[in-house]
Amino acid sequence: MSTYAVEDLKRIAERACKLAKQHGADAAEALVQGGAELSTKIRLGEPELVQEAASRALGLRVFRERRAALTYTSDLSDAALDRFVAESVELAKLAEPDELNELPPRDQLATSLPDLELWDDAALSVDAKGALERCKKGEAAARAFSPKVTNSEGATYSRVVGASAFASSDGFCGGYRGTYQSLVVEPICDDADGKKRNGFWWTADRFLSRLQDPEEVGREAARRTVAKLGAEKIATGEMPVVFDPESGRALLRALFSVISGGAIYRKSSYLLDREGTSVASPLVTIVDDPLIPRGPGSRPYDGDGLASRKNVVVDAGTLKTYLFDVYSARKLGRQSNGCAGRGVGGAPHVTTSNFILQKGATRAEAIVGGVARGLYVTEMMGFGFNAVTGDFSRGAGGFLIENGKLGRPVSEITIGANFNDLWHGIDAVGDDLDLRSSTACPTFRVSKMMVAGR
Amino acid sequence: MAQGKLQAPFAPGGSTEIDAALAKRLLELALSAGGDYADLFFEYRAGADYVYEDERVKAVGRGITLGLGVRVTKGDATGYAYCEELTWEAMAEAARTAAQIAQSGQSHAPVDIRALTIPSFYPVGVPTLETLAPAKLELLRRGDRAARAYDPRIVKVSCSFAEELKEILIVTSDGKLARDRQPLMRYGVHAIAEDKGKRQGGSGGGGGRFGMEYFDAHPPEAHGKEAARVAVAMLDAVDAPAGSMEVVLGAGDSGILLHEAIGHGLEADFNRKQTSNYSGQLGKRVASELCTVVDDGTITHDRGAINVDDEGNPGRKNVLIENGILRAYMQDQLSCKHFGVEPSGNGRRQSFRHNPLPRMTNTALLAGPHDPEEIIKSVKRGVYAKRFSGGQVNISNGDFVFSLTESYLIEDGKVTAPLKGVNLIGNGPDVLTKVTMLGNDFQLSDGIWTCGKDGQSVPVGVGTPTVKIAAITVGGTKA
Repeated sequence: MSTYAVEDLKRIAERACKLAKQHGADAAEALVQGGAELSTKIRLGEPELVQEAASRALGLRVFRERRAALTYTSDLSDAALDRFVAESVELAKLAEPDELNELPPRDQLATSLPDLELWDDAALSVDAKGALERCKKGEAAARAFSPKVTNSEGATYSRVVGASAFASSDGFCGGYRGTYQSLVVEPICDDADGKKRNGFWWTADRFLSRLQDPEEVGREAARRTVAKLGAEKIATGEMPVVFDPESGRALLRALFSVISGGAIYRKSSYLLDREGTSVASPLVTIVDDPLIPRGPGSRPYDGDGLASRKNVVVDAGTLKTYLFDVYSARKLGRQSNGCAGRGVGGAPHVTTSNFILQKGATRAEAIVGGVARGLYVTEMMGFGFNAVTGDFSRGAGGFLIENGKLGRPVSEITIGANFNDLWHGIDAVGDDLDLRSSTACPTFRVSKMMVAGR
Repeated sequence: MAQGKLQAPFAPGGSTEIDAALAKRLLELALSAGGDYADLFFEYRAGADYVYEDERVKAVGRGITLGLGVRVTKGDATGYAYCEELTWEAMAEAARTAAQIAQSGQSHAPVDIRALTIPSFYPVGVPTLETLAPAKLELLRRGDRAARAYDPRIVKVSCSFAEELKEILIVTSDGKLARDRQPLMRYGVHAIAEDKGKRQGGSGGGGGRFGMEYFDAHPPEAHGKEAARVAVAMLDAVDAPAGSMEVVLGAGDSGILLHEAIGHGLEADFNRKQTSNYSGQLGKRVASELCTVVDDGTITHDRGAINVDDEGNPGRKNVLIENGILRAYMQDQLSCKHFGVEPSGNGRRQSFRHNPLPRMTNTALLAGPHDPEEIIKSVKRGVYAKRFSGGQVNISNGDFVFSLTESYLIEDGKVTAPLKGVNLIGNGPDVLTKVTMLGNDFQLSDGIWTCGKDGQSVPVGVGTPTVKIAAITVGGTKA
């Protein structure tokens, strides 16, 4: 049996729900995931790793007298499943009743599942040998780009093919499958004073034919790494900061963490009671859209089994809605807007699908062009975001902007601002949005942040 | 998943017992295409977690994973495969898949396998996972009550208890067979304080490779109070300064700086590949002579302790830096071969789905000569860093950041105003040369840390005395 045959996984999920009712649960939900991975790595022209394996697992949530248990297992044989479900129902007795513990209203469940083109047959045409070949080409192109590329962390090709099925004792049963592959190349240069500079570039897509050529990935990786040679601190001071699409994504992730229903009911957000108010510059529009065909974060239904829908989260600077799963919506007296995610090992929780800062009208180059002296950020490090207060401070690296042009490389500095000021301070949004990753943004500029260095 | 004694199916007397003879047959298959070396990593992990929120046990969770990872190496290349069923067919298939990394050459036969005697750094009478649940639920209630009772400004409290029991069996083609049983638990409280429109959060927690006796010395009330104390203290936080200045790191949790600033750079894979800035530095001065750094997998019951690493080598205490001189890297099997050294007991992996890498266990900067109060007094204007949420390092150039969740201004030798969350950024090799005072108050951090590398997470421990750094960049917002 294939580990990613949707119909097989659906049968197992339905069976687990049925068994749960038989063992005394009032309601149950089961998620079954199966997949196969291939990962290969070339370093300095030689194979370093070939990893291939397939796996399956089931996650179960049962309710009994409004008490919840969450359990998982990788043993899906008939006998083991029966015992597992019986013990899960027993386990629920340990929890305390929560009036919100019940399945979503039936009329909110997804009834027809859209075909989002998440599967590419061609993905499986690449075997370990073919994957190593792609790595080899990518790394070779990086090393040939410049004599300044002196070493390599290697080139890695990864592919995941997987299927997911979700069933509930209320009769929901859905499933879908998907493919995703990526190539990343990581060159290293030697800098003065014995420091090394590393960089990378990557390509990823659900469809094999839409991957960037390995050589292009390698050359771009090398270009980015060589550009960092000679990076140093700059003097402490306030200045405009431009985020490229790679680094800006992290700011979007942090913003998500304070608009999720879970953060709101736990009061872990500086955006409490801010729906309908201005939370960002009028240039900022953010959507969460699970229905983008071939999108890396697309899904036909959410982790509660609700129909997928596009949500406009921030519209021209105004916070339109928090993102909810069923539980957080109930907790706050609201309706879920279909943003539940779920893994086999845990409870449903609010997640994003394709979470996108919409592109603006300004050409990306013009955003740098408009800065007399500022910082262009290409990478960030560390975890400096206090969700409760919005205080933000992270390590950063990139380039100095002088007279509208990118100048010398910068490293070992931090950038800081309160998030409310940061998002309101966005004074330019670029037109260079691409959807390689499920959280995505174009280049954008913040009029003023504190840069700490020398 | 019933309560009571848990046992891996591959253990002696288990339903799919794996003995030396069966392991040897699998290793023969793994080496059949000409590999130099192979190992088998059997893992059974039972885990549970309890979440307490809004004054009720919100959910209880349990799960079990079981599998076998097969690794074959040929030169510096690794073939890896795993399976989740311990049937001969599934295990043989994994062995054959991993074998393919080697596609030519003589096939080596595994040598005779002998069971190793391994040390016991975490003897636990009854693992928490085998303890009845009501006792654990009561711990959550106690932490919650203590946090709420601390101050009327505490408006939200959540508590969690996570535990696991992991049983492993490692068999290698060079003849080692080792079994270990690794308990691990972690308790945490998070509190939110609210006052005059301001809100702040705070956390407390700890754990390690303990049974329920952990709570005798670390009652849940202490963790609850600590979470509430931080949240309330931070209500008055002011904007942190920006720029380079003197920083004093508090004892214990500050070890996370050591872990980031220097620990990762001393993992042998980066040095074997010459991608670390500590490559080629053995025997050279890399830190102030006050600094002696050890990685110690033998600290009893500590979160990063290991009786045996995930490649079958006993846990050890290794001196990495001695009075400022670099003495050793942390090794895995591949790098031992490269450097021609003995295993250091640092080959670790997240699970049977992952190949081992050189990883830290418990990393500590040993005590120095100074009185911690003297250290604070010596600072004219700087930052006192007390609690941290984590850090990150760039191995290649040594740049690291770490995030402070509780810190204070130091003015004229006195700790004054609490500071809003802020990052420190520095360069590992640079910062250790700037350690100008080292306290005599060494402390281990109470086990909460998890280290990530190449997408693999493993539990680790850290520890330091109070440390003074002459200059490091503080990433505040106030010039």
